[in-house]
Amino acid sequence: MKDRQNADLDPVINESGIEIKPLYTPDDVERTGRPDDIGTPGEYPFTRGIHRQMYRKRPWTMRQYAGFGQPEETNQRFQYLIANGQTGLNVAFDLPTQVGLDSDDPAAEGEVGRVGMAVDTLKDFEIAFDAIDLDKITVSLTINGAAVTLIAMYFAMAEKRGYDIRKLRGTAQNDILKEFIGRGTWIFPVEPSIKLVGDTILYCAENAPLYSPVSVCGYHIRESGANPVQEMAYAFCIAKAYIDHVLARGLAIDEFASRLSFNFDIHGNLFEQVAKFRAGRRLWAKILKEQYGTQNPRSMWLRMIAGGGGGGLTIEQPENNIVRGAYYALISALSGTQTMALCSFDEAYTIPSEQAARTSLRTMQILIEEMGLCDTVDPLAGSYYVETLTNQMEQRIRATMDELDVAGGIVRAVAEGRIQSEVSAQAYERLKKLERGEIRKVGVNCYRIDEEEPQVEFHPFREEACTRQVGRLNDVRRRRDNAAVDAALRRVLDDAKAARNVMPAVISAVKAYATVGEITQRFVEAYGRYQEPIRF
Amino acid sequence: MTRTRPVRVLFAKPGLDGHDVGAKIVVRALREAGFEVIYTGLRKTPEQIVASARDEDVDVIGLSILSGSHLPICRRVRDLLTEAGLQDVLWLVGGNIPSKDNAELENLGVDGVFSVGTPTQAIVDFIHGKCS
Repeated sequence: MKDRQNADLDPVINESGIEIKPLYTPDDVERTGRPDDIGTPGEYPFTRGIHRQMYRKRPWTMRQYAGFGQPEETNQRFQYLIANGQTGLNVAFDLPTQVGLDSDDPAAEGEVGRVGMAVDTLKDFEIAFDAIDLDKITVSLTINGAAVTLIAMYFAMAEKRGYDIRKLRGTAQNDILKEFIGRGTWIFPVEPSIKLVGDTILYCAENAPLYSPVSVCGYHIRESGANPVQEMAYAFCIAKAYIDHVLARGLAIDEFASRLSFNFDIHGNLFEQVAKFRAGRRLWAKILKEQYGTQNPRSMWLRMIAGGGGGGLTIEQPENNIVRGAYYALISALSGTQTMALCSFDEAYTIPSEQAARTSLRTMQILIEEMGLCDTVDPLAGSYYVETLTNQMEQRIRATMDELDVAGGIVRAVAEGRIQSEVSAQAYERLKKLERGEIRKVGVNCYRIDEEEPQVEFHPFREEACTRQVGRLNDVRRRRDNAAVDAALRRVLDDAKAARNVMPAVISAVKAYATVGEITQRFVEAYGRYQEPIRF
Repeated sequence: MTRTRPVRVLFAKPGLDGHDVGAKIVVRALREAGFEVIYTGLRKTPEQIVASARDEDVDVIGLSILSGSHLPICRRVRDLLTEAGLQDVLWLVGGNIPSKDNAELENLGVDGVFSVGTPTQAIVDFIHGKCS
């Protein structure tokens, strides 16, 4: 129906395609949702939060993404962040580690320790986490293609330090399906890649029940061009693909669903993002209850990190990114996240300086200490606008999931490159709109200034760190029991070929100081390599 | 001299980085501008890229690099281009390239450096200016 009173106003349509009214009233909330949809925090359908008291009991975990050079340098940055009040760690690995290459592999040339910490063997993990109390500081490993090996290393390192794996907390990103859509650190073909994710879930359910083996990422799908509805919808489809795989291997839903976690993006329109998270939380609870018949409320929880926001930051006038980061943090806090991380203001240029990383941390601490974001649960609840938008977002996320299912499901869509093509077309359209000025971006297509290249402190890349890393790798190779390594690697290959769970064999191999590259090579022998479909 | 065929471009992602949003955007923009563009996909070695450039008989090579490893990659590409006798191919590099590295890239023979934030039309115009 045409709104006659506001006929003089230009329409406003948010990124998810929802037309925004100039005014919302109780009628809108009633018309778009059901009375019991809002509910109570800590209770089904969890719209208002997965916990009853949320941040009154404990603020979100602060977990800046960090890692570079050799493990020693990364350990120093970890210590710096912890000394400044950070409550979790989020480890960045260099690209050779992420794609399963050793530091002396010819293909790793120029990349060792550049965008993250170099890891070859268990020795590197021992150094990286030295003097960090793994009971007090939970660690998130941003690793996907090589996740099996790095999770095994984390467990082996913790065990060596005397921690009980059964009580060990922490998270691995380990969401390979989104790597095929964005980020691109895939190694093996789609099906065996899913099988490896399944191996980690099954292994953890039995042996490390408090560990979160997977963090399903809408984040990188959004960064690749998806809108907020697609971000949530595709992440849920991916999570369901892992769930279905694990169920088919004989586990019951409540034996593992509570350990699945999520990673979402926070840039964009504030209200749209908050509604996205509230809608996502509710829809995920409904999916687990209605489609998987779970009885355990914890299995219905959308536990998440809501952070980053890199796609919203600009290379122009980078100091504006501090302001954007503060608003993104506000979005995240208003969304009831469990964990928060922010891209730093210099991150469009370089690995964040200590000062930039500290500023991100302070941004979160200011919200906690000064702005009252922890005082009460889900403070935007009951807003006619936010509740209406939450209802509309939920409907759209569900509809997008249904469309994808009808079109053959997410696994096929990813394998054929259809999702990749769709989001990259959208990224292109968005850029064109930016270039035409139809989407406004401060400092980019409006309020520009003539600027020299801004004064950012570039993170130094040290060639000698790479040489030292290769030296250490060779040293480990000389000192280890190479017969034991060979036997362990044979078992990795045999178990991979026989479609057994590879986790026990990989844990034995890393304990014998087998390298990331050696273990990955065995998987390549068993599974082959992924061939990227080029589709526009 | 007028051209008898559309400008052919090889667009590649060298190195191990998998962030290809920008690369795919540029590929689309170049195709829309009427160029023939071959996109290699991720994780191509300098050897693979130069071999493709030779086999496909391209006029332009575009590399998208965001990881910071543009200098070692471009040094290798330069050697291979020289070996293959492809010094005349227009060579463009884009991505996360700090301006302090522009001079060294130019010394290596890179014809145009387009850092993050460059309007796609500027790349199209640059190619038109050099290849018409």
